[in-house]
Amino acid sequence: MKENKKQYWKGVEQLTNHPEFVKYAKKEFPQDLPYKEGILQEEEGGSSRRDFLKLMGFSVAAASLAACEAPVRKAIPYLNKPEEIDPGIPNYYASTYTNGGNYCSIVVKNREGRPIKIEPNKLSTISGGGTSAQAEASVLSLYDKARLNKPAINNATVEWSDLDKQIKTKLESIVSGGGQIRIVSRTILSPSTKAVIQEFTAKYQGTELVMYDPVSSYGIVKANQASFGKAIIPNYNFSKAQVVVSFGADFLGTWINPNKFSADFIKNRKLDFGKKEMSRLYQFESNLSLTGANADYRTPIKPSAEGLIVATLYNLLAAKAAKSAINVPKVEAAHLVDAANDLWSNRGKSLVVAGSNDANVQIVINAINDLLQNIGTTIDLKTPVYFRQGNDEQMQQFVSDLESGKIQGVIFLNANPVYDHFQGAKIQEALGKTNLKVSICEREDETGLLVDYLAPSHHYLESWDDANPVEGEYSLCQPAITPLFDTRQAQQSLLTWAGASNVDYYEFIRKYWKENIFSTQNKESDFQVFFDQCLHDGVYSQNPRPVTLELNVFGGDIDAAAAMISSAYKSSYDGIELALYETIAIGDGTQANNPWLQETPDPITKACWDNYLTISQAMANEMGIKVVEGNTYSVTLTVGEQTMTLPALVQPGQTRGTVGLAVGYGRTKAGRVANNVGVNAFPLISMVNGLPNMNTSVNVRVEVTGNATKVAHTQTHHTFMNREFVVQETTLDTYKNNPEHAFHRPKIAVSAMLEKKLGSESDKKDGRLQPREISLWKGHTYNNHHWTMAIDLNSCTGCSACSVACQAENNVPVVGKQEVLNRREMTWLRIDRYYSSEKTATTNAEMEIAAENPEVTFQPMLCQHCNNAPCETVCPVAATTHSTEGLNQMTYNRCIGTRYCANNCPYKVRRFNWFKYHDNTQFPENSSMNNDLGKMVLNPDVTVRSRGVMEKCTFCVQRIQYGKLEARKKGRRVIDGEITTACASACPTEAIVFGDILDPESKVSKLLQVKDMGNKQEIHEHRAYNVLEEINVRPNIWYLAKVRNKEENA
Amino acid sequence: MEVVSSVRTPLVTGAKTVGDVTHDICIRVEAKPPKTWFLAITVSLSLLLIGLYTIYKTLWEGIGVWGLNKTVQWAWDITNFVWWVGIGHAGTLISAILLLFRQKWRMSINRAAEAMTIFAVICAALFPLIHMGRLWLGFYWVLPLPNTFGSLWVNFNSPLLWDVFAITTYFTVSLVFWYIGLIPDFATIRDRAKNKISAAIYGALSFGWTGAAKDWSRYESVSLILAGLDTPLVLSVHTIVSFDFATSVIPGWHTTIFPPYFVAGAVFSGFAMVLTLMLITRKVYKLEDYITIQHIEYMNIIIIVTGSIVGIAYLTELFMAWYSGVPAEQYAFLNRATGPYAWAYWIMMTCNVISPQLFWFKKIRTSLWATFALSIVVNIGMWFERFVIIVTSLHRDYLPSSWAMFTPTFYDVGDYLFTFGFFFTAFFLFAKFFPVINMAEVKSIIKSSSTSDKAIK
Repeated sequence: MKENKKQYWKGVEQLTNHPEFVKYAKKEFPQDLPYKEGILQEEEGGSSRRDFLKLMGFSVAAASLAACEAPVRKAIPYLNKPEEIDPGIPNYYASTYTNGGNYCSIVVKNREGRPIKIEPNKLSTISGGGTSAQAEASVLSLYDKARLNKPAINNATVEWSDLDKQIKTKLESIVSGGGQIRIVSRTILSPSTKAVIQEFTAKYQGTELVMYDPVSSYGIVKANQASFGKAIIPNYNFSKAQVVVSFGADFLGTWINPNKFSADFIKNRKLDFGKKEMSRLYQFESNLSLTGANADYRTPIKPSAEGLIVATLYNLLAAKAAKSAINVPKVEAAHLVDAANDLWSNRGKSLVVAGSNDANVQIVINAINDLLQNIGTTIDLKTPVYFRQGNDEQMQQFVSDLESGKIQGVIFLNANPVYDHFQGAKIQEALGKTNLKVSICEREDETGLLVDYLAPSHHYLESWDDANPVEGEYSLCQPAITPLFDTRQAQQSLLTWAGASNVDYYEFIRKYWKENIFSTQNKESDFQVFFDQCLHDGVYSQNPRPVTLELNVFGGDIDAAAAMISSAYKSSYDGIELALYETIAIGDGTQANNPWLQETPDPITKACWDNYLTISQAMANEMGIKVVEGNTYSVTLTVGEQTMTLPALVQPGQTRGTVGLAVGYGRTKAGRVANNVGVNAFPLISMVNGLPNMNTSVNVRVEVTGNATKVAHTQTHHTFMNREFVVQETTLDTYKNNPEHAFHRPKIAVSAMLEKKLGSESDKKDGRLQPREISLWKGHTYNNHHWTMAIDLNSCTGCSACSVACQAENNVPVVGKQEVLNRREMTWLRIDRYYSSEKTATTNAEMEIAAENPEVTFQPMLCQHCNNAPCETVCPVAATTHSTEGLNQMTYNRCIGTRYCANNCPYKVRRFNWFKYHDNTQFPENSSMNNDLGKMVLNPDVTVRSRGVMEKCTFCVQRIQYGKLEARKKGRRVIDGEITTACASACPTEAIVFGDILDPESKVSKLLQVKDMGNKQEIHEHRAYNVLEEINVRPNIWYLAKVRNKEENA
Repeated sequence: MEVVSSVRTPLVTGAKTVGDVTHDICIRVEAKPPKTWFLAITVSLSLLLIGLYTIYKTLWEGIGVWGLNKTVQWAWDITNFVWWVGIGHAGTLISAILLLFRQKWRMSINRAAEAMTIFAVICAALFPLIHMGRLWLGFYWVLPLPNTFGSLWVNFNSPLLWDVFAITTYFTVSLVFWYIGLIPDFATIRDRAKNKISAAIYGALSFGWTGAAKDWSRYESVSLILAGLDTPLVLSVHTIVSFDFATSVIPGWHTTIFPPYFVAGAVFSGFAMVLTLMLITRKVYKLEDYITIQHIEYMNIIIIVTGSIVGIAYLTELFMAWYSGVPAEQYAFLNRATGPYAWAYWIMMTCNVISPQLFWFKKIRTSLWATFALSIVVNIGMWFERFVIIVTSLHRDYLPSSWAMFTPTFYDVGDYLFTFGFFFTAFFLFAKFFPVINMAEVKSIIKSSSTSDKAIK
C-alpha cells in the first residue's frame, strides 16, 4: 500500500503549528474535570476552610431540602404505551356483575387501568338498562382492604403450589377411600363454571354440587314442578300486565330480578306524551316493602294468614270462572275483592305473584294465573330464569350429612353458609367432622374462619366469567384490572385441583362458548369474530330462542295444596309474628363491608348503618316507644330459643301484630366496616311446610328493655305535611278528566296595574299571576345549551341506584354512623320518602303523624340548578355562580365556608365538609379516601373536597365537559343522549331524564313538551312542575307529578 | 357650694366639685384596685382560657365540633354575632344620638357604654370569622382587595359582604370616637401621675393635649363631626345585619320588617347591657353620685320604648304570616310558637315583651335590684330572639324531608364563653386603667364654683 503523503489539517493553526494551538490541542476533549483547579489556586494540595463551609452548607441545605420533599413514589411511565390507553381518557369494558344469583349486565369505566365506575349495559335485555345500588357499589368492594391477599393453610399464608399439593393429596385420599365431597355454592349463573365443576366431579367421584340461596325461591321451583312438570322459575313479564297482584313479593326491590321487573313494571306506569292509561298494582304484605310503597292499593296482612288470603283470591276468581272452590277458611282482606274483579276483567294481561317460599302457596298462585290465562302471556314458562337455583332440600340433606359425618371434604365456592344460611350454627358445629375444608372466597368470612384451606378468589372485576341468567341469554365478564393480590380465579383453582391439562379459565370459557354457544347462531362463521363481538357487547341473545320446554297446562293438585295451606295458616292469630326481609342496599350481606352500601339509607325507613325491628305504630304506642330524631329504645326479640337485642323502629304500614327485621347485618368477619353492625337475622328463618320461610309466626316475643339507643336516619320527618308545593299527585281519573287542573298551580296576588304590565295575553284577569311572571331578575340568556332534568315521580321506585351512582361518580365521602346521627351525611342526591297522614288530619300536629297504612311518595332530591338561585346571590366571595349553560356551579377553591348558601337553599341540598373526611383516621369508614387501596376508586375528574367547603350536585359537569369536547373533536354539536348524568344513567326505570332543553329533538324537551318561544322555553306537559314554584327560583329540574291508579275516594 | 335648681334635678349629686370629679375618677386608675376587682378579673380570665381551648379545637378540627347539621347550618355562631352587635348599639346611641340631642345625662355613662360597644363589636366580629369553614382564606377573601387570582372579586350582592363593610366601619368610627373622648382625661391622669412610667404612657396616650382653648374647640368640633358620622351607623349596622336574613328566601327570615325591628332590638339589648355593667361599676367604684337613679330611670324608659317596639314587631310578624296566605310562612311562625322549639320562643316572648313592661311602674324602674335583674332578663331574651329567628326558621323550612333539630355541643358553649371571657376581661382592664367616666364632660355640668373647691381643700 502506498504511503499517503498528504497532510490533512483542520485549520490554519494546525498547519502552522501555532503555539496557541499546541497548548490547547490536547485539551480539546478534556478527560479530567478541572474540579480541583479552584482549590489549587487558593491553597496548594487540599480544600480550604471556606470550601469546607461551602460544602457543609450545601449538604445541610440538601439534607433539609430532601427532608421537605415528598417521599419518592414509584411512578413509572409506560415504556410502550398500550394502544388503547390514553391517560385522562376513560376506557369502557362490557362485563357482568354477579353476586350469587344477583345479576347485572354492566359496562366498567376504567381510568388509567383501574375500574372506577359501574355503568349499565344498555344492550342488555335482562338487567333492564339500569344498575342497582349493589352493582354500582361493587367497584368499591374491589378495593377493600379486608380481601384476602394470599392463600393460607390454617391461617398461615402459603404459596399456591403448596396449597394445591396438599388439597390434591387430601382429595385423592378421600376419593380412594370412597368418601363424599361437596362443593357448596350460592346460585351459579355461569355455564362454564358448571362445566368446570363437572370436570372436577369427573375427576373426584363422590363429589356433588350443592347450591343454596340465602333468601330462597325454591318453593316456586317446586310448585312449578308440581303444576307444570318443570322445576324452573318462569320469566315474569310485568310489561304485559295491566293488573299486578303481589303477595309479599318485593319485585321492585329484592325479588329474583328486580332490575328487569322494575323496568318492565314502570313501562306501564309511564304517562308520557299525554298517555292516559296505566297499570294497577295491589300489594298484600306485612312489612312495608319498596313494592308496597309503589302500590296503588296496599293491604297489610299477617304472614300467618298469607296462604289463606291467596286461597281466598283463588276462590273469588274460581267463582267467576265457574270452577269449584277449594276448601279453605275464608279470610277478609281489604281490596281483595277489588283485586279479583280487576284481575278477572284483565284476563291474559294480569299477573299474580307471591314471595312466599311455600310451594303450596305457589301452586295456588299458579292456579290463579292459570285461571286468568296468564300462562304464556305474562308468565313465560318457555324461558326459565336462573337467578335462584338454590335447592333447599339438597342443602338440608347436606347439613344432615355433614352432621352425621358422611362428608369427608367440603369446598365452599364463594359461599358463606355459616353466616347466611339459617342452619349456619349447625354447619359451624358439624364442620369439625370433615377432613378437608376448603373455602374459595374473596375474604376470610365467617365460614372461611372455620376452614383449613383458604383459596382466595378474584373479585369479579379481575375475573373472566360468563353468565346465563335467562334461558338463551348469555353474557361475558372480563377482567378490568390485573389482580391486585396473590389471588386466583376460583374456577382455575378447581381446574388445578382436578388436574386439568389446561387450567386457564379464559381458554376454558372460549372452549365452552365455541362448543356450546357458537353453534346457536349462524350470523358469524368465525368463532373469533363471534366471541369478540360478544365480549364487546357483553351480552349475547340466542335468536331464535331454543324451544326447550313445551307450554304445559296447569296440572297441580290444588286441593292437596289447599289442605296443606289450611293446616299451616290461620285465619286469626293473636301472637306477634316476625317477617324477615332483604334491604335494597345490603341484600344478603355479601357486600356488607362496602361503606357506600352501609350508608345508603333504606328507601323506606331512611335508616342506615344498622338493622332494627320495625314495629307498627299501634304496637309502638302499646310499648311506649317513640322514635324522635333517631332516638329510640332497644327491644329484645325472642324467637324460639334465640334472643337478640336490637333497636326498635316505628314503621307506618307495618301490619299490626307483626315485626320486621332485615337480614344481611350482624356480620362478624366481613371487615372493619361491617363487623358488628346490627344483628344476624338469618338464623330466624323458620320452616313452613318443609321449606325455609322468611316469616315466623310461632314463639315470637318482643319485650322493651327500656334502654335508650339510636338508629341513624337521614330523614326523621316522614310526612309531607300536605304540602302540595313539594309533592304533587293525583288519581288517574282526575288526571284523565281534567289534566289541566289536576295539579297545584300557585298564583301570586298582584295589583291590576302590575297584572296588566307583566301578565301574558292568555292570563285570566283575576288579579293573580303565575310566580314566574314576576321577577326582580332579568334572567340568564342561554345561547348554546340549557341543561335540564326531568324526574318522573310515577317512574321512580325509590331503588337508590342513582344515589350510589352519584356517590361513586362524584367522590362523595362516607361519614359513618355517628355523623349520620348528627345529620351530616354528604349525599348529593337523596331520595326523599314521604308518607301521607290520615285523611282526617287537619292540624299541623296531626299531619306530622303518618297514617297507619300510608301512601308513599319517593322524590329524588338534588341541586335544582335554579335559574334564580338563592345560593348564588348570598355567597360573599362568589364561590357559587351560574354557568352560561344553566348550571349552578360550585368553585371549591374559592369557597370559604360561610354556609350562607346552604341556609338559603330552599331544597336543603347543599352539603358542608364539617370535617376533613379524607386522609383522616377519624373516618375509617370512608375507605375510598382513607387508604391507598381504597383511593384507587376515586374519579380523577372530580376534586376530593377539603374541610370547610360546601359541595353539592354539579349535574355531573365533568361528563358534560367530556361530552362537549368529544363532540367538538368530531366537529359537530352534542347529540342528545351522549351526555347524561350518573344518576340518570343508573336509573333502571328511566325516571330521570337529562338533556338540553334548547335542543327541540332532545328526549327531555319532548318529555316536557317544550315549546320554543324564541327567548324562552315553555313547558306544556301538564304533569310537569317545579318544587316550590311560588318562590320563583326557577329550577332546571322539573318533576312529573305522581298519578295513582286508584279510585278517587279509596 | 352646690347650686340646686328648682326646676331641674341635678345630674350629679353629692355636691361634687370639679376637683372631686377629678379625684373620684382618677383615684380608680391610680390606686390599687379592690379585691373584688382581682376576683372578677380572675373569673373572666379563666373563662377566656376555657374559651381559648374550645376556639382552638374549633379551628383545628373543623366546624363539625359544633352541633350544626345539613339543615341548620347557622345556630349559636350567628346568634352570638347578632347578639353582640346588638349590645354594642347602646354605646353608639348614647354617645352619638344623645350628644346630638344635647342630652347631658349621657355624660356620666357614655365612656363606659362606648367601651362596651368596642368590646362587644370585637366579640361579635369573632363569630363571622370563626364560623367560616376556611378562616385562613376567608378573612381576607371577603375584602375587595386587588389580587393576582385573575378576575376574582367579591360578590357585592351578598349581605354577608355588606356585613363586612358595616362592621368594620362601625368598629373604626366607634373606636376613634371613644379615643378622642379619652384624650383630655388621659391628659388629666398624665398631669397627676406620680411615677415616670405612667406619666410617659398616659402622656403618649394623651397625644400632647395641653388643655388650651384651641384644643377644646377642636375637641368639640371633632366630637360633633364623629357624632354625626356615628348616628347613621346606629341605624345602618343592624339594618344590614338584619339583611342577612331579610334578603333570603327562608320562611321566618324573608321579612321586610326586620331592619327597624332589629335596630330597636339592638338598642333594647344594648341598654340592658349598659345597665348591667353600670350598676356593678357604680357599686364597686362608689360612683352613686355620678350615675344616679335618674340615669337609671332614663335608661329604663328607653328599654320600655324599644321593648314595646320589639313586642309589636313580634305580633306584626305573626299577623303578616297569617295574612300572607303562604302555607310555609304560616307554618314557620306556628312552629315557632308551638313546635319543638316553643320553649325558646316563649322565653323570648316573656323576657322581651312582658318583662320590660314592668318598668311602667316607677317603683320598679327606680329600683336598683329590679333593674339589675331585668337587665339580665332582657339580654337573655334578646339572645333567644336571635336563636329563635335563626334556628327555628332553618330547622323546619320548605321540604319536610330535611327537617332536623339542632343541639349545641360543648364547643358551641365554649366559644360563646370565650367572648364573655374576653368582654369582661377587657372591660375590667378598661375600668382599671382608663377613666370610666368622662371627667372633662362631667365637669361641664357640675354646678359649683372653684372657690368652694379651694375652700374644701
